[in-house]
Amino acid sequence: MSLSNTDVKRIAQLARIAVSEPEVGEYLRQLEGIFGLIEEMQGVDTEGLSPMSHALDESLRMREDTVTARDQRDLFQTLAPQVEAGLYLVPKVIE
Amino acid sequence: MQWEIVVGLEVHAQLSTQSKIFSGAATAFGAAPNVQACEVDIALPGVLPVLNRGAVERAVKFGLAVGARINRRSVFARKNYFYPDLPKGYQISQFELPIVEGGEVAIEVEGSARTIRLVRAHLEEDAGKSLHEDFHGMTGIDLNRAGTPLLEIVSEPDMRGSHEAVAYAKALHALVRYLEICDGNMQEGSFRCDANVSVRRIGAPLGTRCEIKNLNSFRFLERAIEFEARRQIGILEEGGSIAQETRLYDSVKDETRSMRSKEEAHDYRYFPDPDLLPMTLDEAFIEAIRGGLPELPQAKRARFVADYGLSAYDAGVLTASRELADYFEAVVRGVPNEPKVCANWVMGDLSAALNKDDLDIARARIPASELARLIGRIQDGTVSGKIAKEVFEAMWSTGKDADALIEERGLKQISDVAALEAIVDEIMAANPGQVEQYRAGKDKLFGFFVGQAMKATKGQANPAQLNDIVRRKLTA
Amino acid sequence: MLNLSLKELGALLAARKISSAELTRAFLDRIEALNPALNAFITVAPEKSLEQARRADERRAAGDATPLTGIPIAHKDIFCTKGWLTTCGSKMLANFVAPYDAHVIERCADAGLVSLGKTNMDEFAMGSSNETSHFGPVKNPWDPAAVPGGSSGGSAAAVAARLAPAATGTDTGGSIRQPAALCGISGIKPTYGAVSRYGMIAFASSLDQGGPMAKSAEDLALLLNAMVGFDERDSTSLRRPPEDYARDLEAPLAGLTIGLPREYFAEGLSEDVARAVEDALAQYRRLGAKTVEVSLPNTRLSIAAYYVLAPAEASSNLSRYDGVRYGYRAPEYKDLADMYGRTRADGFGPEVKRRIMIGTYVLSHGYYDAYYLKAQKLRRLIARDFAEAFAQCDLIMGPTSPTVAFNQGEKSSDPVQMYLSDVYTIAVNLAGLPGMSIPVGFGREGRPVGLQIVGNYFSEAKMLNCAHQFQRATDWHGRMPSGIPGI
Repeated sequence: MSLSNTDVKRIAQLARIAVSEPEVGEYLRQLEGIFGLIEEMQGVDTEGLSPMSHALDESLRMREDTVTARDQRDLFQTLAPQVEAGLYLVPKVIE
Repeated sequence: MQWEIVVGLEVHAQLSTQSKIFSGAATAFGAAPNVQACEVDIALPGVLPVLNRGAVERAVKFGLAVGARINRRSVFARKNYFYPDLPKGYQISQFELPIVEGGEVAIEVEGSARTIRLVRAHLEEDAGKSLHEDFHGMTGIDLNRAGTPLLEIVSEPDMRGSHEAVAYAKALHALVRYLEICDGNMQEGSFRCDANVSVRRIGAPLGTRCEIKNLNSFRFLERAIEFEARRQIGILEEGGSIAQETRLYDSVKDETRSMRSKEEAHDYRYFPDPDLLPMTLDEAFIEAIRGGLPELPQAKRARFVADYGLSAYDAGVLTASRELADYFEAVVRGVPNEPKVCANWVMGDLSAALNKDDLDIARARIPASELARLIGRIQDGTVSGKIAKEVFEAMWSTGKDADALIEERGLKQISDVAALEAIVDEIMAANPGQVEQYRAGKDKLFGFFVGQAMKATKGQANPAQLNDIVRRKLTA
Repeated sequence: MLNLSLKELGALLAARKISSAELTRAFLDRIEALNPALNAFITVAPEKSLEQARRADERRAAGDATPLTGIPIAHKDIFCTKGWLTTCGSKMLANFVAPYDAHVIERCADAGLVSLGKTNMDEFAMGSSNETSHFGPVKNPWDPAAVPGGSSGGSAAAVAARLAPAATGTDTGGSIRQPAALCGISGIKPTYGAVSRYGMIAFASSLDQGGPMAKSAEDLALLLNAMVGFDERDSTSLRRPPEDYARDLEAPLAGLTIGLPREYFAEGLSEDVARAVEDALAQYRRLGAKTVEVSLPNTRLSIAAYYVLAPAEASSNLSRYDGVRYGYRAPEYKDLADMYGRTRADGFGPEVKRRIMIGTYVLSHGYYDAYYLKAQKLRRLIARDFAEAFAQCDLIMGPTSPTVAFNQGEKSSDPVQMYLSDVYTIAVNLAGLPGMSIPVGFGREGRPVGLQIVGNYFSEAKMLNCAHQFQRATDWHGRMPSGIPGI
């Protein structure tokens, strides 16, 4: 597999990480090295194996439908970069 | 060559749980911003989701009601995208293995029955809300809604035009309310539709579709589909082609427009959520839910026709909501031998009164048992049908019961033959010319004498008896 | 006093020969003196620690003490701690005062353990050298030129330098075991699901597991008793009857079969490490165990699978750091997209961004099957390899790391070389098995060597027994770095 600068920019955009032109080249070099390592797995025959998402073969536990949380907005919003009237503020969202 | 409009709907029904799908925060509508957004909902570092059984039960209930397959094993996945009202940067949803697959919903449009097939219904979490009112040019984020359980119900593109789409949406709306899995409040966003619309020449393969978002009423759904179909037909007839895109319906301008923010290539990078193990449902769990299923609209409609002798139309109106059907049946229990009369009252005076005051049936000002008593008073001859309407109005506005009002206002029907005969004699004596004309063959004057007698009794004469007496006296 | 075991400290406290406040003060003084050179702690808050110590003393006075009440330990800065700065080694959370306690923190507090502070770590636990921390690298107490390992490097260095009797850590691909090995201490990563992940800031959710780091296996057993427990807030937390991890410590090892994976003793293993590990195995034979060769054929490939799966999960787990609700927000931006881009470009360090990029790529449209799904299938294969090996032995042993601690800066510019150093630890996380490391001697330049012990699911008590018996017969675990002022 070979990555291109376009791939790096596309990934960075998907991941919402701003990258400058010089950084694109640097990422490309590093990612190619890492993918060199990753590509080693393509040689293994995994035919018939089921993908393993979890370490243990258990099924999901469910909780009862009851309200257990209390209002901690004021505490939580002490952590926020910008709030007003109980709302988290962000730059204008355009739909 | 004629165009055919092809529609598929994706409906998001908020499930009526007390707490959120993956956290213990409340789901109640209308709280102050962010007071119902707990640490899980605002995605603090280190928090984890735990699935709400109530949401799963509701999804299974829906699946059973539409005859779908309930997957014994289903998987929660992460749908990754950045948006300020999506705190984790991903939405927990179901992708490859949804809880419900298949099933169908019956609809009726202009008297003909159709079946709309479902692709699937899956559980997911709702996002928060972005408030675009001006905060110094910024957007405010309220995460109270974040994590509210949703059942996304996806239909096949089985609908041909806006009427079928609306009929399907209404059928689904009635169903989720019957099942009591969603309150169906469209204004509050509890039941939201996205429509996939395409057009094609009849017999041609499916055209390119556009997804229309933000359809929060049946009216908007209808208008948006109609606008969008016209738009697409216009483009195609001028030799253009349709771009697959997401469009927003603007109800003020009554048009759809492209959503710029969604234009950027979607790449949701779905993968199984490592925080949530596969969900497995056992037979006991499913059977317990099946056992608790209520009678569904179709079955109820059929029963109303069979048991009460109602027309298919009346049965359809009365079963449109579970509450209305329950009200009707409660009235019938009070006057079991007159279901048709009961139906007329419920569909007529009661519905009109509800409409006038903009109330739903749950808030009717007259309890079913009282309406039944009033109908009973017509049957036993205490009041005439006409007077009963007056009594109904008074009951509605005062909240008093039927008997009290009849008594208090002296509305009791006059069924005393001698008294009625005396009144009729008096009228005949006062109008000898009319008597003469009637006897000479002017039959229409019969109504004149009845009317005069009614007037004299302030409408309280027993109409059947009065008719008898007038006829007898005039022909004597 | 600063070199005593938890059991000994507990006895002193129980006998009222010392108070928790005095003990805590002594460690805080040592931290104050030595941490500037080591950089093992990101946050120390003496008044908070002493307040906890006073409460522990009150609890003891009230007759409500556990064997651990009043003993101070350090917590990796990945555990949310209410009212404490919890940074996860990142600029992104450099100002984040956690508004709630992780389950591990709650469990430790319930036992009466006192917190000495929050230890340094690789940013978001991504690293094997502690050089990716926003708060600067941690020095290896055995040699300041060497890295302490990572990502729980601060915890390992703190215990090695006796700044804390023990510490908590987390292990996603070796982050407890490798720094334990490189700093000459003991550490255990229990079976996945044993320790709740609630409040433990996620790196790769299906691999992350918390565990203790301490001077000895006996100390680990006592801490594990406190840390393990069902937590309804973590859907992957296991509901199992409580067990005493110290119950089998004294059992003899006669009849134990130790599996030695051929692949762990092959090319790539440095000679000094091999020698120390062989000596340890000889000791085990003297203790009555027998060794058999087993095979874990996909050992090398576990690195590839891991560097697909862990970054994939991480890329999603770290999407919440967007500058909206908490943490860093870039000071200047022109619109929402720009705010996201700059916040995440400035708030994350290079290694974290690299892994987010890898993870985003392997999950992206058209690549999912070739990378993510393939890696998950390989994960299944790796878990099967272990199952087959455990059909032939009770425990698996080998080196924890192919080399002793490398030098600061030696691998930091070459991610691939850094990743390869995790070759013996990664597969254990993929399978979800328990693994531990204990010190078994020294290699090149007097740097410590760790022996890795891997058990089958839920065999922690047996592993600790095995480690404890070794530590009764040897004194590697009692050695202290010579460059650090004595006790």
